Amino acid sequence: MIIQSGLLLNAIIAGILLGGFYAAVSVGVTISFGMLDIANISQPAFILLGAYAAYITNLYLGADPILTGIVMLPIFFVLGMAVYRLYYYAFERRGDQAIQGLAFFFGLLFVGEVSLVLVFGVDYRFVAASYIGPSIHLGIVELPLRMVLPCAFSLIMVALLQLYLSRSFIGRAILAVSQDGLALQLMAASPTKIKQIAFGISIATCAVAGSFLIIIQPVEPSIGRDYIGRIFAICVLGGMTSMPGMLVAAMLLGVVESITATFYGPSWAPAVSFGFLLVTLAVRPAGLMGR
Amino acid sequence: MRAGVFWPIAVAVGVVFVVVSRLYLTNEYFYFAGYVVLEYIVLSTAWNILGGYTGYTNFGTGAFFALGAYSSAVLHKLPALLHTTIQVPLPAMILVGGIVSGIVGLGTGYLSLRLRGVFFAIATLALSIVAQTLIVNWDFVGGSRGIYIIRPTLAPLGGGYIQYLFTLMTGLAVLSVGIARSIERSRLGLGFAAIRDDEMAAEASGVPTLRLKLISTTLSGALMGMAGAPLPYYVTYLDPASSFNLAYAVNSVAMPVIGGMTSWIGPVIGAILLGTIQQLATVTISSALNLLIVGALLILFVIIAPNGIVGLVQSWRRRREAG
Amino acid sequence: MTDALLEVRGLGKRFGGFVALEGIDLSIARGERLGLIGPNGSGKSTLVNCLCGTLHNETGTVVFDGKPIDGMIAHERTRLGLARSFQLPKPFHSMNLVDNIRIPLLYTVNARSGHHLSDAAIGERCMELLSDVGLADKARRRPRDLTQVEMRSLELARAVATQPTLLFADEAMAGLSHSEIEEILAVLLRLNEQGITIVLIEHIMSAVMSFSTRLAVLVAGHKIADGPPQEAIRNPEVERAYLGE
Repeated sequence: MIIQSGLLLNAIIAGILLGGFYAAVSVGVTISFGMLDIANISQPAFILLGAYAAYITNLYLGADPILTGIVMLPIFFVLGMAVYRLYYYAFERRGDQAIQGLAFFFGLLFVGEVSLVLVFGVDYRFVAASYIGPSIHLGIVELPLRMVLPCAFSLIMVALLQLYLSRSFIGRAILAVSQDGLALQLMAASPTKIKQIAFGISIATCAVAGSFLIIIQPVEPSIGRDYIGRIFAICVLGGMTSMPGMLVAAMLLGVVESITATFYGPSWAPAVSFGFLLVTLAVRPAGLMGR
Repeated sequence: MRAGVFWPIAVAVGVVFVVVSRLYLTNEYFYFAGYVVLEYIVLSTAWNILGGYTGYTNFGTGAFFALGAYSSAVLHKLPALLHTTIQVPLPAMILVGGIVSGIVGLGTGYLSLRLRGVFFAIATLALSIVAQTLIVNWDFVGGSRGIYIIRPTLAPLGGGYIQYLFTLMTGLAVLSVGIARSIERSRLGLGFAAIRDDEMAAEASGVPTLRLKLISTTLSGALMGMAGAPLPYYVTYLDPASSFNLAYAVNSVAMPVIGGMTSWIGPVIGAILLGTIQQLATVTISSALNLLIVGALLILFVIIAPNGIVGLVQSWRRRREAG
Repeated sequence: MTDALLEVRGLGKRFGGFVALEGIDLSIARGERLGLIGPNGSGKSTLVNCLCGTLHNETGTVVFDGKPIDGMIAHERTRLGLARSFQLPKPFHSMNLVDNIRIPLLYTVNARSGHHLSDAAIGERCMELLSDVGLADKARRRPRDLTQVEMRSLELARAVATQPTLLFADEAMAGLSHSEIEEILAVLLRLNEQGITIVLIEHIMSAVMSFSTRLAVLVAGHKIADGPPQEAIRNPEVERAYLGE
């Protein structure tokens, strides 16, 4: 019995740590989908891009992954703005059917994944760092450092973003544009420019989230698909625009996945997040915190 | 072309196609490659009924397709389980595959009740992963290890078994195209279009939107399931990774988008064009690269030619008439 | 119980914490022309949406032509005879005007028992309806080729095509010139003379006052006045709502 509860406790702790990481992965979509109403299903492709970037610098320069992630922030930001420009030019301006926009991001996801396969192959890649391997032991609880650090940095990143959105001028403009583009125009700010910046931020988070990913687990190009369900499940369950809601949802998903994996085997994990998503969409589309 | 004339012509084309092939084409490779292209004609036509006609994007083609394949696998193993030697004939398996995926399609249709466009698409992706996970954990059909299916040595209609599969798939292609065209010209098709253009206004105009959406998703799913049913005999080794392959999802979206979503001929053009390119590319360059080409073409067309090749032809014609 | 065409009792609608409508009682008699007015955000369109089945009201009962219709979905209500035009026109963009009108004919008129128009009859009827609103010459065009005014007319024509007994005309006149308003009013008056009960939801006071036989006023989700136009208008609460304290 003690072994069981120890197992359960560790599963829960691991789930919470995982949830912290999931928050970093989903925060970008909370901005692009929740606030800008752009269903960017190619987000996982950018996260993987970030992961592989960390892999390369780690392999050839011995650089720390998280450092790489931070250094890549501006690059991914510019990339995100470019993608938004393309999206805006092609779709939002024309007011086309939703299918075209979805097909665009779907194509992007696919092109991203296949490009990574062509460059890196399908073998698992991982990074080496001093904190991958050791764990902190608190009694029967084990805290692997490779989970603790990403979780901690994720929380910092989400907190910083929340601060930025609620305090800075551009941040509040982003919140405004998510609710009423007209009001924004009256503020003499261009909604398109604001949306561009917001989308840029959402992709920038992928640089960092990607570096967390490769610290937590070895990566190969197709694991991005598993993350689509997780990301959107967390975003919807979290109430779309709410950062705190997203955080809670991420933790919840992390814990449920962790317990399922521990007691029923890891092959059920993808079904958990997608099942989560389906249930959320069916039962409470407004999310945990309402909208 | 009058409605009454289309079906006989389509069937005739199919029959001629099969007969000519079997008389003159002895290269086995043609049948293997041709099967895949025909399969894609069915998949993209089926996708387009829900996507292009009704306006609901489905990213879970893989699930409907694979469920058809796995229902055949189950039926293949069933006789052994029941200690008989009577094999289930493939046409019956196709029917069952259609029914199984049709039922899943019905369930998916109910999802559309709550979910507007984007959410529906994501939900279909979710469904696909959930279905794949269930199959991966089902040992009777081999789980993640997969299952080996032995092709019968004797093929009905004479010739090799692969020619038989080719013939069946031609039949399915004719069927799906015929159904798509019939819908296009009918009251049902107009109702689908109304839902696609403005669901709320359609409902207010008396269109029973839920019922029509259910018809659309069920039909689309059923056709995909039928396309998947012969798969085990084609590949002889069935496993979740390849049957649920996202390539099916991307292709069944890319082909109608590139061909043109407003008409039955769009998916056919897209399937033949892209399917042939891919078959050639798989042989000459790597298979990963050919998927890259599909994805890139999808993005390109979606941006510059959202109405696909059919749309390009239509606007070219209109410009010629005006100028 | 009167033999009112539409009887609404205690209708209420919330959006999360926001109360859009509360305790709405409304009785619409056959053949009358009811004007529904109120400041922006007072809940007029929400009321129309609830009555037509587009939205679901949590409380209250609605009886149409003696039949309780709570729980009936929008297309069922349309088939019973409740039609509406949308405030922001929602045409079917991929079809020409004829097909736009064909939809309600196929799916409402032909869906009722008895009535069964042949394809030829439907085609004729489409042209008739388009002529009535002056769109016959653009019959083969798409909605994107129409002006704002023409889109409004199409909206109305589409609603009329369902052969309603009760028609909600939701702000069909916003942004129109004086003569255009007169045109639309003439159309509505003609429909009323043919036996269709009309509810006009409008901001343009002159139009509402001249057209309506009765006026109902909605403010912040409550009905504060209901009666002959001249009286309802002079109600102090109505004045306060429009002019402020």
